[in-house]
Amino acid sequence: MSGIDAHFMLRRGDFMLEATFQTPASGVTALFGPSGCGKSTLLNCIAGLEPAARGTLRVNDELWQDSELRVFVPAHRRRVGYVFQDAGLLAHLSVRGNLEYGMRRALRVRSRATFSRTVEWAGIGPLLGRRVQGLSGGERSRVAMACALLRDPVMLLMDEPLAALDARSRAELLPFLERLRDELPIPVLYVSHAIDEVARLADHLVNLEPGRVVAHGNLREMLTRLDLALARSDEAAAILDATVAGYDEQFQLALLAFPGGRLAIPQQRLPEGTAVRVRILARDVSLSLEHHRNTSILNIFPVRVLEITEDRPAQAIVKLDASGASLLARVTRRSVHSLGLGPGAEIYAQIKSVALLR
Amino acid sequence: MNALAIDLTPVWLTLRLALISTAFLFVIGTPVAWWLARTRSFLKLPVESVVALPLVLPPTVLGFYLLLGLAPTGPLGKAWHAISGGSLAFSFSGLVIGSVLYSLPFVVQPLQNAFEAIGERPLRVAAMLGAGPVDRFFTVALPLARRGLVTALTLGFAHTVGEFGVVLMIGGNIPGKTQVLSIAIYDHVEALEYTRAHVLSAGLLIFSFLVMFIVHLTNRRLQARGL
Repeated sequence: MSGIDAHFMLRRGDFMLEATFQTPASGVTALFGPSGCGKSTLLNCIAGLEPAARGTLRVNDELWQDSELRVFVPAHRRRVGYVFQDAGLLAHLSVRGNLEYGMRRALRVRSRATFSRTVEWAGIGPLLGRRVQGLSGGERSRVAMACALLRDPVMLLMDEPLAALDARSRAELLPFLERLRDELPIPVLYVSHAIDEVARLADHLVNLEPGRVVAHGNLREMLTRLDLALARSDEAAAILDATVAGYDEQFQLALLAFPGGRLAIPQQRLPEGTAVRVRILARDVSLSLEHHRNTSILNIFPVRVLEITEDRPAQAIVKLDASGASLLARVTRRSVHSLGLGPGAEIYAQIKSVALLR
Repeated sequence: MNALAIDLTPVWLTLRLALISTAFLFVIGTPVAWWLARTRSFLKLPVESVVALPLVLPPTVLGFYLLLGLAPTGPLGKAWHAISGGSLAFSFSGLVIGSVLYSLPFVVQPLQNAFEAIGERPLRVAAMLGAGPVDRFFTVALPLARRGLVTALTLGFAHTVGEFGVVLMIGGNIPGKTQVLSIAIYDHVEALEYTRAHVLSAGLLIFSFLVMFIVHLTNRRLQARGL
């Protein structure tokens, strides 16, 4: 099996971490959970920075750690690119010095062309001669990413790369992360406690609660699993994959096709055929037994009720199937009863707002 | 004899002693400081205390035990005799051993502080860029601790130059062999040769001032460059 296959146990004082999960051979896997649940510790276990951690780790079928067999590949021999939380760089070296530090120690000789390509990709050409102290948050992050990539890694670890940044640097960095996700042929483990980041970047999700993995799997499925806390939070949302199908010139609406139909959203024109990702919050979806025509809501789709959980005194969360795509709706328990909703019911979902994530 | 015809032998002897001792202090003190800064062993506190002993012990006490150890019948003296056929007590080599022990805390403590101040992060960053433990020490820890290193070696050097008690105990006062500057000054004062004592003392005073001035200047330069 290629990808990452990890099982770790670590006790530190009162804190006990036990985590088992797998990731695919490429794409972004988010390690998601509240602060202090052990996400960063788990990342360090994989990097080999927690020698006290017991367990097994296989990366692309290579055994990196097995406490029973006394196998432990030391951190510096694990071919891992690690972007630390505050974009850790070596303070006594220039930007170029940092980039070359890892490149010189990479197993495969990397050519000057690779160096130039990576520098250009990260947009850090003008920074090469600079000292790392003078860099802005966003610049640091891009240098740290370039360092990690020049190391020629078989996997990339990122510990909340956006957490320490202001809104502007964050917006500046997100496109880089998206390009990484789309272009990098290796698995990326991405630690985050912000679900909107995860929704935007990840394909897979490892959901952690303090000390343990609650569930892991495909992001779209995980977000809409009613047995997980994700679907019950105020931020509960479904992710849909859509393609740009057209543009309404008169009203300036982008038309996005997804399995359940066509979404119209206020948006500038996008090239037709572009693959996009949209996020629909459960609280922006209302349910109706009929297809209302006389309403301001543009996006109404026929759906089938899959599952209902009455998770709050007055409210319930409803999981819907729109021709293969899953949606969530947050409604009152009274509505569930007055509409007579139950699994299998064929109804209409009215979507009040859609966020384009790309 | 002209009152100003000063024998400079003690000056050169002192400089030679200080330079050689500093070299040993660097080679011995750096790994000790590195180990103390990183270890979680129960041995850390005992070792720290032993290293710090010369700060509180009267030099005569240290000198007395060193004298016993370095004597031809003492453990170190015996071993040395077996290897080189010479004697350690009242010899220049014995002085180097005494100076290194006596100045060790002045080198280890600032270095240990500097290593501790680096923290785990840069070493982890370097490990993730493929650097092994020894590589990390030389390419990350030492360069990041260079201010501490400058301070440590200067203090070690200056402290050896100014040393008196231990040297007197284990080196005696043999001109050209173990008579260092501080002892020569003592001799001059004893002999009421105040002019000579003045020249050497003032020289040492200016030298010490210059050393400290240069250290502070270097540190400020390094700091300005963010190190």
